[in-house]
Amino acid sequence: MSKVIFSNITKRFPGVAGATAVDRLNLTIEEGTLVTLLGPSGCGKTTTLRMLAGFETPSDGTITIGGRDVTNVPVNARNVGMVFQSYALFPHMTVRENVEYGVRLLSLPKAEMKDRVNTILETMALAQYADRSPSRLSGGQQQRVALARAVVTQPKVLLFDEPLSNLDAQLRERMRDELRAIQLRLGITSLYVTHDQSEAMAISDRVVVMRNGVIEQDDSPLNVYSRPGTGFVAEFMGKANILNGKVEAVDDTTVSVRIASTVAFALARNGRDFKLGQAVRCVVRPEHIRVDADGTMEAKVRRVVFQGAYVEYLTDLEGQECVFLDTDYYKSGVAEVGQTLKLSIDSRPVWVLPETETATLGKAA
Amino acid sequence: MTLVSQATPPARSGTSPAFLRKIVVDPWLFGIFALVTLSVLVFAALPIFVVMKQAVVTDHGFDLGVLIDTLSQSFVWTSFLNTLLLGATSAVIATAAGFLLAFCATRTTMPGKTFVHGVALLPIISPPFVMALAVVILFGRSGLITRELLGIRNANVYGFHSLVLIQSLAFTPIAYLNIRGMLQSIDTALEDASASLGASRWTTFSRVTLPLVTPAILSSTLLVFVKSVEDFGNPMLIGGNYNTLAVEAYSQMVGYFNLQAGALLASLMLVPSMTAFLIHRYWVSKRSYVTVTGKPSTQTIRISGGVVVPLTLGCYAIVAAILLFYLTVVYVSFTKLPGVNNTLTLDHYATVFTAGFQTLTNSLLLAGIATPITAIAGMLIAYLLIRKAFPGSFLLRWATLLSFAAPGTILGIGYVSTFNAAPLLLTGTAFIVVAAMVVKNLQVGIEAGSNQLRQIDKSIEEASTILGASNTRTFFQVTLPLLKPALFTSLSYALTRSLTTLSAVIFLVSANWTLITVTILSQVETLKLGVAAAYCSILVFVVLAILAVMQLVLNSASKR
Repeated sequence: MSKVIFSNITKRFPGVAGATAVDRLNLTIEEGTLVTLLGPSGCGKTTTLRMLAGFETPSDGTITIGGRDVTNVPVNARNVGMVFQSYALFPHMTVRENVEYGVRLLSLPKAEMKDRVNTILETMALAQYADRSPSRLSGGQQQRVALARAVVTQPKVLLFDEPLSNLDAQLRERMRDELRAIQLRLGITSLYVTHDQSEAMAISDRVVVMRNGVIEQDDSPLNVYSRPGTGFVAEFMGKANILNGKVEAVDDTTVSVRIASTVAFALARNGRDFKLGQAVRCVVRPEHIRVDADGTMEAKVRRVVFQGAYVEYLTDLEGQECVFLDTDYYKSGVAEVGQTLKLSIDSRPVWVLPETETATLGKAA
Repeated sequence: MTLVSQATPPARSGTSPAFLRKIVVDPWLFGIFALVTLSVLVFAALPIFVVMKQAVVTDHGFDLGVLIDTLSQSFVWTSFLNTLLLGATSAVIATAAGFLLAFCATRTTMPGKTFVHGVALLPIISPPFVMALAVVILFGRSGLITRELLGIRNANVYGFHSLVLIQSLAFTPIAYLNIRGMLQSIDTALEDASASLGASRWTTFSRVTLPLVTPAILSSTLLVFVKSVEDFGNPMLIGGNYNTLAVEAYSQMVGYFNLQAGALLASLMLVPSMTAFLIHRYWVSKRSYVTVTGKPSTQTIRISGGVVVPLTLGCYAIVAAILLFYLTVVYVSFTKLPGVNNTLTLDHYATVFTAGFQTLTNSLLLAGIATPITAIAGMLIAYLLIRKAFPGSFLLRWATLLSFAAPGTILGIGYVSTFNAAPLLLTGTAFIVVAAMVVKNLQVGIEAGSNQLRQIDKSIEEASTILGASNTRTFFQVTLPLLKPALFTSLSYALTRSLTTLSAVIFLVSANWTLITVTILSQVETLKLGVAAAYCSILVFVVLAILAVMQLVLNSASKR
């Protein structure tokens, strides 16, 4: 049993007035799942991770691992593994000595200790580098040593602190998939911190989007992308147009919304929350708008960025800024700045933001 | 496993203040911290305060009359002004010489740089008063130069002029190393940029290079000043009637048994020392444009041609003077009676290795004990200060800084006064000498360790604790091995200083535990120059040998 529960966790750093890094956070990580904390720098995700590791002590609230209250348990007594952003490999030890370090502290029989270390070195394809110094390994190999060292002690929880940010783009994707494969194979409860939304969606069972020390949304990767709870989440999870619209019809889950000079069928958490004629904000992903000769919306091209697989247009959509992607540019050619395009929206993927969010933003503006 | 460990955690969150939690999480390390802090307070801060108290409090309590009486005597102010004048003069000259050497070594095509570098470092690893010995031999009444070469009968070598010469040469290496480090860490691309914008070599030097190294120049000036104030051996041997505070304090204490005047003079030494030190720490070091990482950036030599010739001659002159002084000492150690009977002989070495052998082994033994303690304690304190901000850290920080900035004289007098009664009856023991050596040299290790620690990724230590290691274990198995370069710096410094120190230990040596530096001093005072020279030569040789062995060990260990 190694379910992790944060209850009402608050972390204030002394000295800075009003600096609440994490504010009454409640979060459960189910046994064997991988949960990602996602957010911009300073949102409290790393602080949350470090509180679970034991490097920071919460100002308030409790953390339990497998039902045991670990809030005040020292780092070295928590049985938690961690993969660091910088890998933090011991530079004065060989790969084997690095992996062995934690196992030695478990006071196992010698044979079992050797066995464990050898097994994990084999699993990670590191056996041939065992006697090398970490500085003589490539970035990906160092990453694997860091992971081997973290899991060889069979910790109850595995923590990842932006583990891929030191790798180049191609290697990052491969290591991401490797990390996930090993996490699934070991079935180890994991908390993963990143600021990269695509990494978060690819690797997680659940994505927790944080902002200013509080959770904005805690949901499946699919839902945080396609059913964002707030405009912030929508914009953080990749490119998004947030367009103003007016409600024309409602039922339980769908809403008809007039956006510019078209009417889109949109999804919402609860359609009945909206009134006819109400002003709402809708999330429309750039890939859901297309050039369409029969389209009823007109947009004036302001900027054109050619990206190979698609062309990205920044346009003025009847007074609202709108970005969209055209993957079919080879048929009609690439438009030029100043040209007017006819557009239409794929109706289903439009998402109406909950009313509360609209209200608060309206006040702020 | 989970069930067993479901005991109540040691402290409930929210109930204990943050600083208490820090202790509870780490009781062992806090114990070590408390012990180290207490030791540093007792052996570094307490003696200094005792001296300051003695300066104003007599047997009859606080007595303003006695204080005014002492302060109104002319020797107090004469020696105070003498100290300042000597310090300022030496500081300016040594810094100028150090700058010349550093600039030529890093920016010009001067030939023989390795040789210049090696010779320029000699004064650092030898007792400062080797120079004084050489000056007496060369320029004294029966000096090799003054009498033998020039035929001058009444040459007066004693006084201000000789002191300036000696201190300038002895402290040039400090300025040289300091300025060289900064010149090396300035990216030469800045100078190239200036040249590419059309600046002449002189304009580049005066508008770019010089302003960038100004912090190092100021810092060298202050450091040499502090060193000069602290210097005891040279003014003692060659000051003549030009008494400095260190000498005056010593003669008041040892010559006239005037404890109060000695303490007052020693306390007065704190004024210039602390002022210079604080200016250095809180003003100069904040004005640095470069962070000295110890890793030289790529350097391209840009200055060649005619202008190098006069610069090179200047450097060679400094190097020649240093070499002349050291070779003189070596030569004299093999000479029967320098200036009178110049027959070569091994008599002086025979004396050292028979009658005087005890003092040599004492020095080696005590320095051998003090060195590893100094180095490890330095690393440990750096770790405690940088990585673990325990409540009370400021006490530790300030006590170590104080002991570093305070001249050896006040520390020596303080030890005699503080540790002469139970429960800390230590006078006359080897322990008190070792303690003085450790305390006086601790700060260099702390600085080196702190700088290195700041460059070591903190998560490496976190990785160790999260794998189950305690903080104490993490320190010894992960942090300390990574601090090896700083440890080496600290070991060599501590060893060199412990073997060559004089100003503090002269108050602490006893019949049982006398030291080589003190013996050399008394040999010179009784004009047994040959024996003194033999001791000095052996001392320099021993230090060089040990440093070479340590360097070898370090190299072979890092080639693993």
